[in-house]
Amino acid sequence: MNLITSYLLLGAILFCIGLYGALSKKSAVIVLLSIELMLNAVNLNLVAFSKYGVNPSITGQIFSLFNITIAAAEVAVGIALLVALFRLRGSSDVTDMDSMKR
Amino acid sequence: MVSVFSQYAWLIPLFPLLAFVLITAIGRQARGFAVFAGIAGTAISFVLSVLVMAERLGGAEDYTWNDWTWLSAGGKQFTFGFEINELNAIMLLVVSFVSLLVNIYSRGYMADDERISVFFGYVALFTFSMLGLVISSNLVQLYIFWELVGLCSFLLVGFWYHKPEAKAAAKKAFIVTRIGDVGLFIAMLLLFWHMPGSSLEFSQIHNAFAAGEIAGGVATAIAILIFIGAVGKSGQFPLHTWLPDAMEGPTPISALIHAATMVAAGVYLVARTYDVFLASPAALETVAWTGAFTAIFAATIAIAQNDIKRVLAYSTISQLGYMMMALGIGTMAAYQAGIYHLFTHAFFKALLFLGAGSVIHAVHTQNIQEMGGVGKKMKTTMWTFAAGFLALAGIVPFAGFWSKDAILAEALHHHPVLFVIGLITAVLTAFYMSRLFFLVFTGKPRSDYSAHESPAVMTVPMIILAILSVIAGFVYLPLTGESLHLDAVTMILSTVAGLAGIGIGYLFYVKGTWSAQAVAERFPGVHRVLANKYYIDELYQAVFVNGLRGLGAVLHAIDMFVIGGLVKLAAAGSLGLGRLGRRLQNGQLQTYGLVTLLGLVILIAVIAGRRYF
Repeated sequence: MNLITSYLLLGAILFCIGLYGALSKKSAVIVLLSIELMLNAVNLNLVAFSKYGVNPSITGQIFSLFNITIAAAEVAVGIALLVALFRLRGSSDVTDMDSMKR
Repeated sequence: MVSVFSQYAWLIPLFPLLAFVLITAIGRQARGFAVFAGIAGTAISFVLSVLVMAERLGGAEDYTWNDWTWLSAGGKQFTFGFEINELNAIMLLVVSFVSLLVNIYSRGYMADDERISVFFGYVALFTFSMLGLVISSNLVQLYIFWELVGLCSFLLVGFWYHKPEAKAAAKKAFIVTRIGDVGLFIAMLLLFWHMPGSSLEFSQIHNAFAAGEIAGGVATAIAILIFIGAVGKSGQFPLHTWLPDAMEGPTPISALIHAATMVAAGVYLVARTYDVFLASPAALETVAWTGAFTAIFAATIAIAQNDIKRVLAYSTISQLGYMMMALGIGTMAAYQAGIYHLFTHAFFKALLFLGAGSVIHAVHTQNIQEMGGVGKKMKTTMWTFAAGFLALAGIVPFAGFWSKDAILAEALHHHPVLFVIGLITAVLTAFYMSRLFFLVFTGKPRSDYSAHESPAVMTVPMIILAILSVIAGFVYLPLTGESLHLDAVTMILSTVAGLAGIGIGYLFYVKGTWSAQAVAERFPGVHRVLANKYYIDELYQAVFVNGLRGLGAVLHAIDMFVIGGLVKLAAAGSLGLGRLGRRLQNGQLQTYGLVTLLGLVILIAVIAGRRYF
């Protein structure tokens, strides 16, 4: 198995773990954490392709820098939303947020 | 000789039909008009029948007209038509005459009934149906009128529909005769299949069977199926159970329908399709034995009945058995004898029923054990009833003697066993009729009643019929131009039999030498069996009625649980799917995310997999 496959495999595993956490955890903080994990897995993929891909170039690494920035901004907004929601509802449980039911 | 009136014979049934239409249209209030229309309709028919018969006596030929096509299906035409021949002409006369007399009688008997116009309407409809049946020229048309006659019987037996027994009796009459009609219908289908040209006209049937074109098993099957139809309509064993119950209807129609005309339709059918029977000796045997058995069977039941009308009903069944026996013997002389007996029986049986009606009208009970001594106050009724009684018992020179004798003579020559059965039945007939006569008209009254003679409108028809009961024997011969074969031995034996029966009745019920009560007590089992009509009604109830009800219950259960279950399963399936879908709409973001992921996976699989398929 060559090098790129290992990197891609690691990325896939991390992504799946993150997906599992995002879809099945009750605590909102853990869900945000899992989303971060998914974004980081994507970063891993991008960097692997930039070095060992078909057309190696620096584009992949630049893209992943942008990705990290966006992830940070998104987490900030997400935590802010979570705090506001906690202050309103008194719980940070994802299953309690079901007003889309009707 | 060209027949003039025979060409207009199709008008004969139409006058009673017109009467029915007018009576029904004008409504219930017009009682006087209804009576007038009923009597007028049948009177005109009677006059026309007499004209047709007079023409025949003058030597006119048979006339057939069969050209009005009412249904054309796949190359086969069904036509309406009519035919006048020897048999028809006599039947037309009998039916229209008895109907006329019954109409006149009903004016008195039903005078207190508020639905009298409905009654006359139904009787007119019945007369139309019976006359139409008699002049039919093909089997399909006859079947139509056959069913119409059955319908009128249903309407009239259930005329007093407030009585639950009348309703039940009407239903029973219709259903039991319907069972016979199925046989007739299958016979029609078989004939349609086998006849050359698929023709169901009587003249063609006569030609085909006389020439032997259809023979063997098919002919036997057709004959027996036709006979089953006749068994239903004429109340032969085993489809006889409806006739005694039909006595729930008003007495005038017991006289008209269940004595003289409708029940004769069965005998008429066998006579009309006689060539089919002649082609099959097995069928003739069946007819003869069924008739003979029915005759003696009904006679044994009649000796233990206490209702005046039921005795007469069983007597009718018994006499029809005689007619069937005669037809079953198979010779032309026996055929003539059977029709002759039909002719005379119509008159004296109608007379007996009208007499019974007169008694019931006066005494307000039908139980002969409660009567007695009625003859003191009702002389005319007593003497006319006596005339009918002697005719039925076969005492010379009354009409019944000649016709019964003709049958017995033929039986003696061709079928001695049937002769013995017929003779025993003659003794029983004379006995039960004399029992009836003596218990009702002579002796001391056994309960309180006030009797008075019936009005003239009721007694005059009875007197006319009484005169006919005496002379009808001599009237028949010129009608058919045949000479009757009579036998000295038979004449002596049947007279002895009749007198013996009357004598035994006299000793039991007038002189009191033997007591009927004592005999009944010595043979309680026999008496109970006879009084309960051999428990045949109970047997049919247990086997057929309850059997069908049980089958119905089983099928109902299958319908509810199996088929209903399947339907409910379909509903439950839909409900289940719905519940499943509902779990998807729970407002949880994570669920929506999962569904999206699954959709994405499926899409990728489809797109990637397209390479391989």
